[in-house]
Amino acid sequence: MNGIMIAALVVGLIGLLIGLVLGVASEKFKVEVDENEEKIRAVLPGNNCGACGFPGCDGLASAIAKGEAPVNQCPVGGPDVASLIGAIMGEEAGESKRMTAYVKCKGTCDKTKSQYQYFGLQDCQSAAVVPGAGDKKCSYGCMGYGSCVKACPFDAIHIIDGVAVVDKDKCKACQKCIAVCPNHLIEMVPYDAMHRVRCNSHDKGPKLRKECEVGCIGCTLCTRVCETHAITITNFLAHIDYSKCINCGASVEKCPRKIIE
Amino acid sequence: METLLLTLISVSLVNNVVLSQFLGLCPFLGVSRKTETAAGMGAAVIFVITIASAVTSLLYQVLVIFHVEYLETVAFILIIAALVQLVELFLKKFSKGLYNSLGVYLPLITTNCAVLGVALTNVQNGFDFITSVVAGFGTALGFTISIVILAGIREKIEDNDIPETFKGSPIVLITAGLMAIAFIGFSGLI
Repeated sequence: MNGIMIAALVVGLIGLLIGLVLGVASEKFKVEVDENEEKIRAVLPGNNCGACGFPGCDGLASAIAKGEAPVNQCPVGGPDVASLIGAIMGEEAGESKRMTAYVKCKGTCDKTKSQYQYFGLQDCQSAAVVPGAGDKKCSYGCMGYGSCVKACPFDAIHIIDGVAVVDKDKCKACQKCIAVCPNHLIEMVPYDAMHRVRCNSHDKGPKLRKECEVGCIGCTLCTRVCETHAITITNFLAHIDYSKCINCGASVEKCPRKIIE
Repeated sequence: METLLLTLISVSLVNNVVLSQFLGLCPFLGVSRKTETAAGMGAAVIFVITIASAVTSLLYQVLVIFHVEYLETVAFILIIAALVQLVELFLKKFSKGLYNSLGVYLPLITTNCAVLGVALTNVQNGFDFITSVVAGFGTALGFTISIVILAGIREKIEDNDIPETFKGSPIVLITAGLMAIAFIGFSGLI
C-alpha cells in the first residue's frame, strides 16, 4: 500500500511541477501576436487547403496582417470572407471574381467508344500510363476513374456515367483537381460563364468521329457566328475567351456536335 | 576524457541509433526527402536529446531516492514531452530565426522514440551525469548523420530509373537496409 502511495505521489508531484513550470513559462515567454492576425485567422475558412498559395490558413492570415497579401486572397471564402477581412484591416475588399472548375469532356460511357476492358487500379494516374490511356478510345478525355473526386476536399466533383462533373455551387476553386488530372482536363472558368466547350480532343474530325460522338471536330462554325470573336480554334479544338464572351448563346445553337453548352 | 570520447564514437557510429538499434525510424523515413529538412530535423533532435538526457539523468536520481526506479518510463515520457514544449516556448521568444527554421519538426520530436530510448539506455547502463549528456549528444549526432546521408541518397535516386515495383517507399527501405549493412563496418572501430 505504501509503495503505491509513494509511486502515485512521485508521479503526481512531477506532473504538478511540470504543469506549474509550463504554465509560468507560457506566461513569461508569451509572444505578442499581431491582433489582426488572430482576427483574420478566425474568419478564414480553416480548411488549410493551400489554394491561396500560402501554407494553410495561418500562413495567409499572417501574410494579410503584414500587408503582404491582398485581403481577397482566399479563393475558398470568396467575397464574404474578403469583406470581413477588409473590415478588420480597414481596407476595401475590392472585386474578387468567383471562379469554378469545370471538366472539358462530355464523353460519357454511351457516347465514347471503348477500345479494351481495363481491369487495373481504379485511379486516373495508373490508367494514364497504360497504352491508350484507359478503356475509352479518346486519349484526351475523362477516363472516369475519379482521381479528382478523391482530391476534392469539398465533395464537389462526382463521376456521372463515366465522366467527372463539377457541382458549380459546391466548388470552392481550390484547384486541387487540376493538379491531379493526368489529362489536364479541368480548367478554371468564371462562375457566371454560361457557355463552355466540353471537349479536350485535338484529334482531327474523321479520327475523332470514330472515337466519340460528342467531340469537337474543329469545324469553325462557332467562330463564325460569334460576334465578339471570343471563340478561337487551335489544333481542331474550340476555346472560349471569357473576357470577351457575352453569353449570347449563338454558338451553342450552331455547334453541330452539341459540345458547346 | 578518453572514455567520454569512446562513448561518443560508440553511440554515434558503432551503435547508431537508427541503423543498428532501429529507434526513431518514423522521422528517419518521414523527413528524409530533402537534405535541408533532414538537417533541420537532425539539428532539432540534437538539441532536444542533449537536454533531455541531462534532465532525465537528474530525474533518475530523484526516483532512486524514493525507491521507485520502475517508474522511469512514465516519468521520462512526461518530462520529455514537457521539455519539448518548454524548448518550443523558449525558442519562440528568444530565437525566432531558429524557431522558424526548425518549424514543425520541434513538436514532432515528442513522438520520436529515440529520445526516450536514449534516456532509458543511459539509466540502464548506469551512466553518470556527464556521460549521459555526452551519450545523448552522440546518439543524436548519429541520428543526424544517418538521416542526412539517407536524404542525400534519396535526392540522388530521384533521377534514377527505378523499376516500377520499387518506386516510392520500397526503394527507401532498401536504401536504409543497405546503409545499415554499411554501418556494420564501424563495429570493428572499438
